Amino acid sequence: MKNKKIFSKLFMICLMIFFYMPIVYTVVFSFNSKKSLTHWSGFSLTWYEKMFSSRDMMSALWTTISIAILATIISTVVGTITAIGLSKSNKVLKNIVERINDFPIMNPEIVTAISLLMLFSALGVQKGYITMLLAHVMFCIPYVMLSVNPKLRSLDPNLADAALDLGATPWQALIKVIIPQIMPGIVSGALVAFTMSFDDFIISYFVTGNGVSNISILVYTMSKRINPSINALSTIIILIITVVLVLINIIPVLKKRGGVKE
Amino acid sequence: MKQFKTMAYPYIVWICLLIVLPMLLILVYAFTKTGNDVATIKFSFENFGKFFSDAIFLDVLRRSLIIAIATTVICVLLGYPAAYIIANAEGRKKVMLILLITIPTWINMLVRTYAWMGILQDNGIINSLLGLIGLGPVKMIHTSFAVILGMVYNFIPFMILQIYTSLTKMDKSLLEAASDLGANKVQAFLRVTLPLSIPGVISGITLVFLPAVSSFFIPKLLGGGQYVLIGNVIENQFLTAGDWNFGSAISLIMAVIIMISMYITKKIDKGEAMEGGERK
Repeated sequence: MKNKKIFSKLFMICLMIFFYMPIVYTVVFSFNSKKSLTHWSGFSLTWYEKMFSSRDMMSALWTTISIAILATIISTVVGTITAIGLSKSNKVLKNIVERINDFPIMNPEIVTAISLLMLFSALGVQKGYITMLLAHVMFCIPYVMLSVNPKLRSLDPNLADAALDLGATPWQALIKVIIPQIMPGIVSGALVAFTMSFDDFIISYFVTGNGVSNISILVYTMSKRINPSINALSTIIILIITVVLVLINIIPVLKKRGGVKE
Repeated sequence: MKQFKTMAYPYIVWICLLIVLPMLLILVYAFTKTGNDVATIKFSFENFGKFFSDAIFLDVLRRSLIIAIATTVICVLLGYPAAYIIANAEGRKKVMLILLITIPTWINMLVRTYAWMGILQDNGIINSLLGLIGLGPVKMIHTSFAVILGMVYNFIPFMILQIYTSLTKMDKSLLEAASDLGANKVQAFLRVTLPLSIPGVISGITLVFLPAVSSFFIPKLLGGGQYVLIGNVIENQFLTAGDWNFGSAISLIMAVIIMISMYITKKIDKGEAMEGGERK
C-alpha cells in the first residue's frame, strides 16, 4: 500500500512538472538579458521595454482584449435571448438549431475557419477586425447556449406565467423573473466565451486581414525567429489569466463568508 | 409565454448565414474545379482524384493519422492513472489538483507551444540536463517526438478531466459490493471501475483525436517548416497556394475520416459493453 501511495505521488509530481515547465520557462526567460532562449545571462527588463515600445505587440494585445470583451458581451446577450426563445418554441425547431450549433463545436477548427474565410470572400467583405469579431461571436454563441440551456430546462414555467398574470409585461417577466433564475448559466457561458475568444488562434488566423492580428497570430508569425519579447508578452498573458482565475475562484468564497456574517 | 418565441428568430437567420452557408461553400468548392464561375458550375471528383492519386498526399495523411493515434494512446495511458489518482484524492487536494490541471488550458496554446520550442532545442534545458549526466545531446526539436510531445501537452488535460468526471460519477457502493462478493482490488478495478469509466475515456479520445488530427501550428512550431501534416496542407492550399477547391476537398476528406473514427470508437465501446453483459 505504501509503495502505491509513493508511486502515485511521484506520478502526479512528474505530471505537474510536465504541465508547468513551459510556463515557468517562459516567465524566467522573459527576464533574460541576452537574446537567447537557452542560456541564462542575467536579469533584465529589456524585453518588456521592447514589448511595450513595439507597436505590433501593443495593437495585438489591444485587439485580443477588445475582441474578447465585445464577443463575450454580444454572444452572451444573443445566446441567452435565443436560448429563452427556443425554450418556448416547438421541439423540431429547437432540435434543428441545436444540431446546427453542434457544427462549430464538433468540427475541427480549421474546417470552420476555412468555411468562414470562403464566406467572407464570397460576400466581398474586407477581412480584418470586423470579420474576426463576427467569427468569434459565431463560435462563442453555441457555447453560451450550451451553458444556459440546462438552467432553462430546470426553470419552472409557471413562474413567468404567474408574473404575467400579476400584470407584469413580458419584458418585465423576462428581466425580473427569468433572467435572475438562469444567471449562473449566463455567467459561466460568458466565462467560456471570453476564454474561447481570448485564446483563439486558428479561426482568427484565417479570417483576419489588413494587418489585424491578435496575440496568437503574432506569436505564430514571430516564432520563426528567436524573439524573447514574445516571452515578455506571454508572461503578461499568463499574469492576466492567473489573476482572472484566482479572482473567479476566490470571489465566491468571499461572498459566501460575507453572507454568513450577515 | 408564446411571445418569447420570436426572440429566437434573429439567431436562426444568423446561423443560416454564418454556419450553414459556409459549410455549403465547402461542399460546392470541393466538388468543383478552379476557374468555374457560378453560372457554369460543374460537378467533378477531380480534387479527390488528385489527392488519392498522389503518393505525397497519401503519405501526409498516413503520418497525420499515426501521429494523432499515438497522441491519443499516450493521453489515455498517462491520463487514466492521473484521473484515477485525482478521483481518489481527499476533498481539498482533489479541488487543488483539478485546478492545477485546468490552469494551463486557460493559457494560450500558441504561447505554451512556443515555450517548448526553447526547451527542446539542441542546447536547450533538457539537453543541458542530459549533458550533466553525460548523455546527449539528443536531437528533439523538429522530430516526430517533439510534435507528439506538443500534442500530448496541449490535449491531455481534456482527457484527464473527462475520465475524472466519469470516475466521480461512479457509485462507490458498487466497489464495496464487489469486495463483499470476494473480488480483490485488481478484479474490482477491472470488472467494475474500468467498464464504468469507459464513456469518459471515449469522450476523452474524441476531444484529443479531433484536434490532434487537424492541428497545424504544433507541427509547424515543433516539427519545423518541413514537417507537414494534413492541417498544414489545408493551410497551404488556402493561404499560400490559393487552390480553395483542392483545400475544401482535403478538409472534407479529413472530416469524413474523423467521423469514421468516431463511429468506430463508439462501436468498440458498445461492443465491449455487450461483452460485459454476456459475462454476467
